[in-house]
Amino acid sequence: MERKHIVSLKTRNLCASAANGGCGECQTSCQSACKTSCGIANQKCENSKKAE
Amino acid sequence: MIHQYILNGYHIVLDVCSGSVHVVDPLAYDMIAHFEELPKEVLLRQLQEKYRSDPDVTDEELENCWQEIEALREEGSLFSPDVFAPMAGTLKEKSAGIVKALCLHVAHTCNLNCSYCFASQGKYHGDRAVMSFEVGKQALDFLVANSGTRRNLEVDFFGGEPLMNFEVVKQLVAYARSIEKQAKKNFRFTLTTNGMLIDDDVIDFANREMSNVVLSLDGRKEVHDRFRVDYAGNGSWERIVPKFQKLVQARQGKNYYMRGTFTHANPDFLEDIRQMLKLGFTELSMEPVVCAPDDPSALTEEDIAVVKKQYEELACLMLEREAAGEPFTFYHYMLDLADGPCIYKRISGCGSGTEYMAVTPWGDLYPCHQFVGEERFKLGDIWSGVTNTEVRGEFAACNVYAKPECRDCWARLYCSGGCAANAWHATGSITGTYEAGCELFRKRMECAIMMAAARADRVQNQG
Repeated sequence: MERKHIVSLKTRNLCASAANGGCGECQTSCQSACKTSCGIANQKCENSKKAE
Repeated sequence: MIHQYILNGYHIVLDVCSGSVHVVDPLAYDMIAHFEELPKEVLLRQLQEKYRSDPDVTDEELENCWQEIEALREEGSLFSPDVFAPMAGTLKEKSAGIVKALCLHVAHTCNLNCSYCFASQGKYHGDRAVMSFEVGKQALDFLVANSGTRRNLEVDFFGGEPLMNFEVVKQLVAYARSIEKQAKKNFRFTLTTNGMLIDDDVIDFANREMSNVVLSLDGRKEVHDRFRVDYAGNGSWERIVPKFQKLVQARQGKNYYMRGTFTHANPDFLEDIRQMLKLGFTELSMEPVVCAPDDPSALTEEDIAVVKKQYEELACLMLEREAAGEPFTFYHYMLDLADGPCIYKRISGCGSGTEYMAVTPWGDLYPCHQFVGEERFKLGDIWSGVTNTEVRGEFAACNVYAKPECRDCWARLYCSGGCAANAWHATGSITGTYEAGCELFRKRMECAIMMAAARADRVQNQG
């Protein structure tokens, strides 16, 4: 269906990531730059086996 | 759950649980807002009335728009249910007992005397001390021994000022490199420094061995020198800026961040970002000060309103610079929608007290650098390991679904419940929330997502 009203950005499917996630290889949030706050959305996934 | 907002001309709809982001036109924006609560006929009639003067909004267009929304709902990218709450506790169990990152407090002392320092001028409310090589070596052995199958291990040289113990830093890196191959590990080191002791030796070493360097600079000279002074009260800006410039230039693209703090004195922190850009720095991070509400440098409600506006202007500045071929990075806007963290990470958070711990100069373990000196949170030490299993259990059970205030927040899977230390300082509980921090975080996410929308728009227009 061609859409005229809505453009969807390319995003990771979080529900699907439940199946293969949790490898733990990604950066620990506070090690990067902040040191006084927490945000995890800016961490890149480093799971070499992720399928979704 | 969905979240809708309009920013910089973009109408944006987030579907919280699927992670989907939709950029919509005003008609779809209005329709989505009431899609679930109103019967179709009533909704279309109301919108027909609202858009009466718009010749493009015909009955057919209303129907088409409704069908587009319904199709997204059916495919699970709009109004998706929250299926994560029941699994939240078990997801964190995947990493039970594994430690993969240490913040090594190699120096509980500092050559600057910044009054806003959360670490109390590097002393963490205790005595001055530096870490010996033997303690640091044991910490690295502890990390390797407790890291399970994790390959990437992170070690941050922190303080105080870690370069006040530079020889030990070099020895520890050499030791880690000597064991990592056999242990099948990959050490990633970070150095967080105020810059005062940077020289050619430090630059060569940092650019060879440090995956990331965090350089403390608050931006404008007068802002920086207000707090970042030596023990004689002299500002440090003029001494450190040339050193930082030399280090960054020599770094040749390797990761670094200019990391500043803004306070009540400079809620207009965008001017400090501009100053950093003028100095030639492009990898930037500015953090709101963390302090007690009655501290003179604490951000007031009026400041927070200013800061939120600044965040919006920062996003627009970044888009302008990108379009002009002069991009720069703001740490909190680095949002990778397509390849960001899995749901495990989004629910579990930063890993403090479980995957991530801080080590004091004498080898005690704490859940993170911000808890160092708080005796109640001492986890154990690097020789005996974690002996305070009660506190570790508290942190292991702390996830975004364990925080009552987060359950209805649209940003919960972007922040994963926020900083445990900030929550504890603000509420006395690590499962509380630091509302002022939340407000700013939500604004930052709105800005970062708007930027993703603008970039997609630019690509489409170019195509």
